[in-house]
Amino acid sequence: MPINITMPALSPTMEEGNLAKWLVKEGDQVSAGDVIAEIETDKATMEVEAVDEGTIGKIVVPAGTEGVKVNALIAVLLEDGEDAGAIDTGGGSAPAAAPSVAAEAPVAEAAPAAAPAPAGPAPVSADGSRIFASPLARRLAQLNGLDLKALSGTGPHGRIVKRDIESALAAGTGKAAPATADAPKAAAASAPATGPSSDQVLKLFDDDSYELVPHDGMRKTIAKRLTESKQTIPHFYVSVDCELDALLALRAQLNGAAATDKDGKPAYKLSVNDMTIKALALGLRDVPDANVSWTDDNMVMHKHADVGVAVSIPGGLITPIIRRAEEKPLSVISNEMKDYGKRAKERKLKPEEYQGGTTAVSNMGMMGVKSFSAVVNPPHATILAVGAGEKRAVVKNGELAVATVMTVTLSTDHRCVDGALGAELLAAFKGYIENPMSMLV
Amino acid sequence: MADTNYDVIIIGSGPGGYVTAIRAAQLGLKTAIVEREHMGGICLNWGCIPTKALLRSAEIYHYMQHAKDYGLSAEKISFDPAAVVKRSRGVSGQLNAGIGFLMKKSKVDVIWGEGKISKVGEVTVSKTAKKAMEPQHPLPKGTKGEGVYKAKHIILATGARPRVIPGIEPDGKDIWTYFEAMVPPSMPKSLIVMGSGAIGIEFASFYKTMGADVTVIEMMPNIMPVEDPEISGMAKKMMEKQGMKFLLDAKVSQVKKGAGGVTATVETKDGKKQDLTAEKLISAVGVVGNIESLGLEALGVKTDRGCVVIDGYGRTNVPGVYAIGDVAGPPMLAHKAEHEGVICVEKIAGKDVHPMDKSMIPGCTYCNPQVASVGLTEPKAKEAGYDVKVGRFPFIGNGKAIALGEPDGMVKTIFDAKTGQLLGAHMVGAEVTELIQGYVVAMNLETTEEDLMHTVFPHPTLSEMMKESVLDAYGRALNM
Repeated sequence: MPINITMPALSPTMEEGNLAKWLVKEGDQVSAGDVIAEIETDKATMEVEAVDEGTIGKIVVPAGTEGVKVNALIAVLLEDGEDAGAIDTGGGSAPAAAPSVAAEAPVAEAAPAAAPAPAGPAPVSADGSRIFASPLARRLAQLNGLDLKALSGTGPHGRIVKRDIESALAAGTGKAAPATADAPKAAAASAPATGPSSDQVLKLFDDDSYELVPHDGMRKTIAKRLTESKQTIPHFYVSVDCELDALLALRAQLNGAAATDKDGKPAYKLSVNDMTIKALALGLRDVPDANVSWTDDNMVMHKHADVGVAVSIPGGLITPIIRRAEEKPLSVISNEMKDYGKRAKERKLKPEEYQGGTTAVSNMGMMGVKSFSAVVNPPHATILAVGAGEKRAVVKNGELAVATVMTVTLSTDHRCVDGALGAELLAAFKGYIENPMSMLV
Repeated sequence: MADTNYDVIIIGSGPGGYVTAIRAAQLGLKTAIVEREHMGGICLNWGCIPTKALLRSAEIYHYMQHAKDYGLSAEKISFDPAAVVKRSRGVSGQLNAGIGFLMKKSKVDVIWGEGKISKVGEVTVSKTAKKAMEPQHPLPKGTKGEGVYKAKHIILATGARPRVIPGIEPDGKDIWTYFEAMVPPSMPKSLIVMGSGAIGIEFASFYKTMGADVTVIEMMPNIMPVEDPEISGMAKKMMEKQGMKFLLDAKVSQVKKGAGGVTATVETKDGKKQDLTAEKLISAVGVVGNIESLGLEALGVKTDRGCVVIDGYGRTNVPGVYAIGDVAGPPMLAHKAEHEGVICVEKIAGKDVHPMDKSMIPGCTYCNPQVASVGLTEPKAKEAGYDVKVGRFPFIGNGKAIALGEPDGMVKTIFDAKTGQLLGAHMVGAEVTELIQGYVVAMNLETTEEDLMHTVFPHPTLSEMMKESVLDAYGRALNM
């Protein structure tokens, strides 16, 4: 019996992913454990390993296919002695749950010629891995920027037909792919505010004056989430200056005291950012009313401060989360951040490492930015924008003095963190930064 | 006492009614059908089917007259009108008996008589005033008779009858409806046909081929007014070549009967009047729904312009009362009635079913040349705001058409330029009534031009023109 290789779930919440790359081709021999493909979710890239040995009989979902549903058939592995004729492509998983390869292909390729199975004569197109949609529905979805994966079909056997596209357009749904619980609300909320169409934008420029770079999953996610945030969250901003001299002195002292291993590598090397994370976490511990998330029905009061840290990576950013940061020693926070930073740049973070969180830190100090305001990333209610620590003239005891000062700006979701509460949190944060020894006890 | 309780009672056993009954029975509903005249209704006994038999005789007669064109010889060609009619009636008779068999097989009870909804959920069947019309064979065995029958769902499928214009009432002698035209005692030498819809033009074509001098009078500026004007214009030219005469934008204001037949006063749009004399006049100015004597007024069932008002599932405004087919409004076509009936009972049975979509109902007219179409005409598509791409392919460019000796005709396709949706297809020429279903399937499956272009059509067939027409819409026709 040929073995079906299906789309793996990279996290418990993953519903679909992009099949970024095949590392094998049809006819290749594989053994258990061989990496056969790369899967890309909205933020991470993961490798798929073969679990059995055999020959790749058929690649059902070609590389570059977006939105492949978890458990959809992606390839068929033949065991010893089986030939491709043994492949029963009809035996795949529920066809309606599967993606259409042609869905997002350019117009010229959306034709039957570009039908799912790229391999040879595959007379049975019902290979269990495509979305059944009429040609007209496919084209209408494409013209209107709808994602067939987000639609359900009302035609025979759940086929997506023209009327499904029309009702999706009328309802303003179908633009946002994920089927999470709050997706319909979010889609409905963002629907009226769609910006100018691609055509409207492009016709403002000469044809040969630009190049088009298709959005990757991360770019789409950033665009979607931040648009959603700015459209649905009433932002409120509070800024404060913090003096860093004591913190810098403590940091030097702590780093100097770090034990080294046999290669002379220190056990930790704290950064100002690590200490900022800790200070914010402790601030939230002290002001628990600000450690919340908004839902339409309830205030979610978090018991721990899970601090997301924005990490800039090529092509976008990602926000891995230091869980229970208020409980963790600085050295642990620091080492976690180093690991996150490294894997973020390789896009190898696991979804559970960047999903959730109760607040976030965005630090542009290393880029010399004095101050800025960040966009709240729900379900967080706050985000702290950290500027550069710089020597400034300050007035102390009625006299001019020089101090290292950093300006931070807290953005809050005003639905759950009011201005005064935000100020209270910021005061607590400032207390830890300016009296850093208190972070250690 | 016999069981008189049903889930569904259908009044009328035309193509809509009997198909509805079979589908209802398939769905496990206890079903009865009420009929007063002939199983199979007008379609099978006095409409679609027997006219096709007549037209087939005419077609063969036409070929025999043109035997030379094919290298054959046929001499002393003639016909026996009685035998032509007899064959046609025989075809109806055979099918009529078949309906009885189908009812029996499907365990649908047949109740003979005049049905009336006496109250919601109840049909009273009384003895019919009409006698079982030829070719009704002996009533199907086990037929029930007068009485009161109960059903949770009552479906009206009573069909339609010829529209009568006051002052030009058919008399069955000089002024015919399709009933008389179907069984001519002899072939008239001259004929006026009032109305160029499917019924009018088919009889005009039949009698013309059989040798009559035929004039067709049409109120609209085009014959077969529902068809694409380019197609109907082409059909008109082809018929004129055969000697058929047309008066368009014209209406018969008066008909006088005399010894030599009828004299019709025809008024054209420009105000000109002329008198036409012919042996017979066929009135084919449409049909009206049979909504009378069904108890509809008492129940408060809404009607509009002679038809019962229904929703997409055949439901009237009165719960438990449904209507399908001609009595439920245009287009008055057997295949529309059948589908409407199927949707209606599937909905009753709680199936997940979509409402009737009238935009993809094909129409076929069996004149010579044949005309077939589905979807929007070019003017209608433009009117609807579509930016259209139109493809045309002539019969003369098709090998099979040439081989058949049928080089006249055209296949026309209309696409939405923006989406590639096939909006309509229109054809005139030999055998096109058998071709149109290809486009109907395509439209129902929501194919775009690309799918049609990627479909391999068999060679050599007339159907190749269907692909060529699609290609032409995108400037890619190959054999032209």
